[in-house]
Amino acid sequence: MSAVMPTEPAAATAVTRRAKPLSERLRYLWYLGRRSPLTLLGVAIILMVMVMIVAAPWIAPYNPDKVSLTARLLPPSSAHWFGTDEVGRDLFSRVIFGARASCGAAFMIVLISTTVGVLIGCFSGVVGGRVDTAIMRLMDVVLALPALVLAMALAAALGPSLFNSMLAVAIVRIPAYVRLARGQTLSLREQVFVKAARTYGASSFYILRWHILPNAMSPIIVQATLDLGGVVLIAAALSFIGLGAQPPTAEWGALVSSGRSYMLDQWWYATFPGLAILITATGCNLVGDGIRDMLDPRLRGR
Amino acid sequence: MAITRIIIPRLILLLFVVLGVAVITFTISHLIPGDPARMIAGDRASAETLENVRRNLGLDRPVVEQFTIYIGNLLNGDLGTSLRTGRPVAADIRTFLPATLELGTIALFIAICLGVPLGVLSAVYKDGPIDQLARTVSVCGISMPVFWFGLILIYVFYAKFQVLPGSGRLAMGIVPPERITGFLLIDSLLQGRFDAFRSATYHIVLPGFVLAFANMGVITRQIRASMLDVLQEDYIRTARASGLRKGMIIFNYALRNALIPSITLLGLALGDLLYGAVLTETIFAWPGMGTYVVTSIQTLDFPAIMGFTIVASIGYVLINLMVDLAYMVADPQIREV
Repeated sequence: MSAVMPTEPAAATAVTRRAKPLSERLRYLWYLGRRSPLTLLGVAIILMVMVMIVAAPWIAPYNPDKVSLTARLLPPSSAHWFGTDEVGRDLFSRVIFGARASCGAAFMIVLISTTVGVLIGCFSGVVGGRVDTAIMRLMDVVLALPALVLAMALAAALGPSLFNSMLAVAIVRIPAYVRLARGQTLSLREQVFVKAARTYGASSFYILRWHILPNAMSPIIVQATLDLGGVVLIAAALSFIGLGAQPPTAEWGALVSSGRSYMLDQWWYATFPGLAILITATGCNLVGDGIRDMLDPRLRGR
Repeated sequence: MAITRIIIPRLILLLFVVLGVAVITFTISHLIPGDPARMIAGDRASAETLENVRRNLGLDRPVVEQFTIYIGNLLNGDLGTSLRTGRPVAADIRTFLPATLELGTIALFIAICLGVPLGVLSAVYKDGPIDQLARTVSVCGISMPVFWFGLILIYVFYAKFQVLPGSGRLAMGIVPPERITGFLLIDSLLQGRFDAFRSATYHIVLPGFVLAFANMGVITRQIRASMLDVLQEDYIRTARASGLRKGMIIFNYALRNALIPSITLLGLALGDLLYGAVLTETIFAWPGMGTYVVTSIQTLDFPAIMGFTIVASIGYVLINLMVDLAYMVADPQIREV
């Protein structure tokens, strides 16, 4: 996991950037994106998945839960693009609706772990002293463990459900963000503008809220984007081994899992949901890499 | 010595980590909704039996005392008894561990053999077609759902073309060689059982490659990045100006230095490897720790799940410690500090 740490906080540029009109900022993004077609591909994939999530009921040709016993395990055709499953549900519709569970879970995991991690990290950095040491040693212990094995144990203990597996993965992902946010806080605390604010009598909370958090956010957002691709895979994998979403739910990992027993004769059942996972994760990783390269000027020339 | 100054804090951390895992697994075992005594005794046990089981497990004592007993048992290598197999978890793990280690070693070997050259080529011919290919392959590797990739390969190579077996470690009908190391590839060779060796080799190709693929992506990426860094150094320019052959510059000058930062990555890759092994083994019915833990998860066999967690965590931490030591040996700059 490589954290991107800008050598100087973007405070000074943030002010000027905010003043720029939106069109100009978009044009700048387009300029950066044009140099890396792969990033644009990633953006396109993510947009496509977002459309799937929002407009699933309008895109999907069938009701994803509608059982039709006369249409069991049909191969892909013009009526059923991805074929049908063992009770005749349309797999194309189930994959479209599956985006909600799969990507929703991944998004929630990242959201929970960043929020909690950033809060703990900033708190630890601002308070300092023994509390800080205790928190950081605890995080070291958790970081030293194989996170996913821990998540599996945790998810198993909480009981198999999509929510519990999300919680388990989110918990083991927290320490990385705590560390990142604390590092940012520590370096920002010494910056002149923070010291100036303190001289004017600003409270710790005010400084945290208006000076440290906004400036600490950009590396954290990069890290979160980079994580998203991995988290999509983990959420699907946990569902696959039966710890996440349970079978009747249309979720990509669970779909691959139920398609597994039909793999040898009905290849389409497990293939298309898995392909959806692969494409989504690729999109997230491409965008994550692109954003990292954009923010890291050292890499920009490459 | 500088090295001891680095090692001692790591060993202290290791102690805390082991203690931390114990606390976590203990807490998880006590978090489980439902009564562990009830799970062991079964649904129809009488109140008296339940009480007995509870006393035997020490569940009637205060939590702190239970934790002391738990730690004491751990130190004696007692991980409890599996609810499913009825055998001690430690014995089960000893049975299944070698299969996982064998698969992991082969996968790591494949990943390094493919990933390092790909990364080097990618950096040397930056932005060329090879670079584009290598980057695409590595993004695919990182984004690939291991369990799905395994299924696809089984479909193609086992079901369609029937060139490779899709499950297990040995073909049916082949008597497994006597267990010496537990690594089938080694045991069969030691006993001159070439039929078993061939069968074991065929069986490890697909799972080995599936497990290697994701790690290959990470390795390619890392090697490419550090090669690009190194290739910009002055001594490379000097070497080039002195008219040294390109191959010599790349392998003797650049790669040796680019490999050093990649060593730490190896430790982190092991975490992915461990997790990937769980999924790969499930797909290929590979009789290792991964299959064991997934079956245990599906049957809610908590002593087995926690035993696996403890063993996997301690192993992971120890290997990372060794990787860090290797890093120090490889990089004189760190040794001097």
